[in-house]
Amino acid sequence: MTSYLLKRFLFAIPVLLLMAFLVFSALHFAGGDPLTLLLGPGASPEVREATRARLGLDKPLLVQFGIYMSHVLRADFGQSIISKSEVSELILQKLPITAELGAAAFSLSYLLGIPLGVIAAVNHRKLLDWFTMVLALIGVSMAGFWLGLVLMYIFGATLKWLPPTGHGGIKYLILPALALGLPRVGQIARISRSSVLEVFHQDYIRTARAKGLQERVVVIKHALRNALIPIISLMGLDLGYVIGGSVVIESVFARPGIGFLMLKSIYSRDFPVLQGCMFVLAVAIILSNILADIAYVIVDPRIRH
Amino acid sequence: MGKQPETPLGNLLEETEQQQYSRKQIHTWTRLRKSPSAMIGLTIILLLVFIALMANYIAPQGYNDQDLRKGLFAPSRVFPLGTDELGRDLLSRIIYGSRISLEVAILVTFISAATGVSLGAIAGFYGGRIDTIIQGAVDISWAFPTVLLAIFLVAVLGPSLASVMLAIGLGYWGGFERVVRGQILSLREQEFVLAARALGAKNSRIMFLHLLPNCIAPVIVMATLMLADAILIEATLSFLGMGAQPPTPSWGSILSGGRSYLRLAPWVTIFPGLAIMFTVLGFNLLGDGLRDTLDPRLRNL
Repeated sequence: MTSYLLKRFLFAIPVLLLMAFLVFSALHFAGGDPLTLLLGPGASPEVREATRARLGLDKPLLVQFGIYMSHVLRADFGQSIISKSEVSELILQKLPITAELGAAAFSLSYLLGIPLGVIAAVNHRKLLDWFTMVLALIGVSMAGFWLGLVLMYIFGATLKWLPPTGHGGIKYLILPALALGLPRVGQIARISRSSVLEVFHQDYIRTARAKGLQERVVVIKHALRNALIPIISLMGLDLGYVIGGSVVIESVFARPGIGFLMLKSIYSRDFPVLQGCMFVLAVAIILSNILADIAYVIVDPRIRH
Repeated sequence: MGKQPETPLGNLLEETEQQQYSRKQIHTWTRLRKSPSAMIGLTIILLLVFIALMANYIAPQGYNDQDLRKGLFAPSRVFPLGTDELGRDLLSRIIYGSRISLEVAILVTFISAATGVSLGAIAGFYGGRIDTIIQGAVDISWAFPTVLLAIFLVAVLGPSLASVMLAIGLGYWGGFERVVRGQILSLREQEFVLAARALGAKNSRIMFLHLLPNCIAPVIVMATLMLADAILIEATLSFLGMGAQPPTPSWGSILSGGRSYLRLAPWVTIFPGLAIMFTVLGFNLLGDGLRDTLDPRLRNL
């Protein structure tokens, strides 16, 4: 287990480096002349040359990337071109806002999805089962940002129960979390359902029933634990979905998180900010994948790496 | 074909395989017809394709006919779905929008399926180092959510439908690659392939006649489901301003225009969203139906 974990972490490093390099070089070529951005178009050639040398912009791309990464290792992502504030501070300030939304939406979708799927499986081919499947189809077919706007119209603008936009206490979290979490509920329920149904056909379930255990005990203690395995691998994938989706939902609800920051920095061409956010999110995604793998091994001792 | 040894056994094998294939096709269609959800999906899609092709004749107005005196009219007999802030007929814009959704989705699905199938076939057939490289590329392309990929590409290339298509394509080709590679790996050493090889068939003949036809079913299923996702992602990215630019009537950009008037004119937001939902639902229903009839093993994907 320890050596497996070590291997996973070590493998993540080149992947991360490669991605960082791709982002770095692409933005380097697309960014236009950073000197013009810094000094304005009217700067004299001497000043430009001096600044170029001072900032190390005269060095080859690979060396520049090395310098950038050595700063990144010290959690220094440089300065925002627009606001001049430290990118790492900006990220630290925005990350909790995004993490809060992601965690709320993630828990919501699984706390609703898994029980719904289990209920559907127990009521196989009955009304509740059919209802879950329809819900799943509608969920995967709906645009999350559209659901957000509809919720905002109903609960924010018309009924005025909740604030339509902004960021603050739990009141501001409910609508975005619903918009991000609800579309996933059906799909999670669907996978939980098929996973429980599959386990129901196993011999050990028949044994448990033959022992005269209550159906509730059979479902919760015997079936659910084994049915969780595919659900956990789904969770690993979903963390990526939550990170991508929060960018969209933050923009709908004007929540000032990482996603909102990134969208703003595309249009203001604030590449240090964009690059820093990309790096942090890439780390978050890679870590969450490793986490999902670990959970996998804990739940299913049959898996040996 | 010229150099191919025309052995009687070779002809026999070929014929039976083709016969089986056409019988399988008929069988699939009869089973698909019995699936109500697949038929509902197919109906929605055919209707939508008809609307997109006939947009010029169906739409009551052009997609950019402005009349500021008629801004934000509620749905009425003249404007069945109301008007937007520039007085443009929403129904007409949604009808024209179906073209963009379908065009983008079909194009990007076709390209990523073609890329994924070719690379998957190469990886599965040749194995070795080329396989390792392709699998590494798949892993990296899967690591990033499509929205982040799109943000990156838009920062580099600027906002356009082309950037959006590139982002979707980069996120989805790996699915096709995995399926085709797996299929070819499992078939490569089977008897009918060894028999063909023993009869002197070349690599290309084995690939196109014996291996790839076996990948058609899962690829069709994946492509149908990918069309659904592609429509959804295009709408999302256009909503964020990364895709279609005004006045192009993409469903996502219509929604993005409507959000500023959400309280005053909710119809500008609600109707394009419903259009997206029905379209995506159509492809999902058909995709699920196809999966159940063509390839039941994929049911849990």
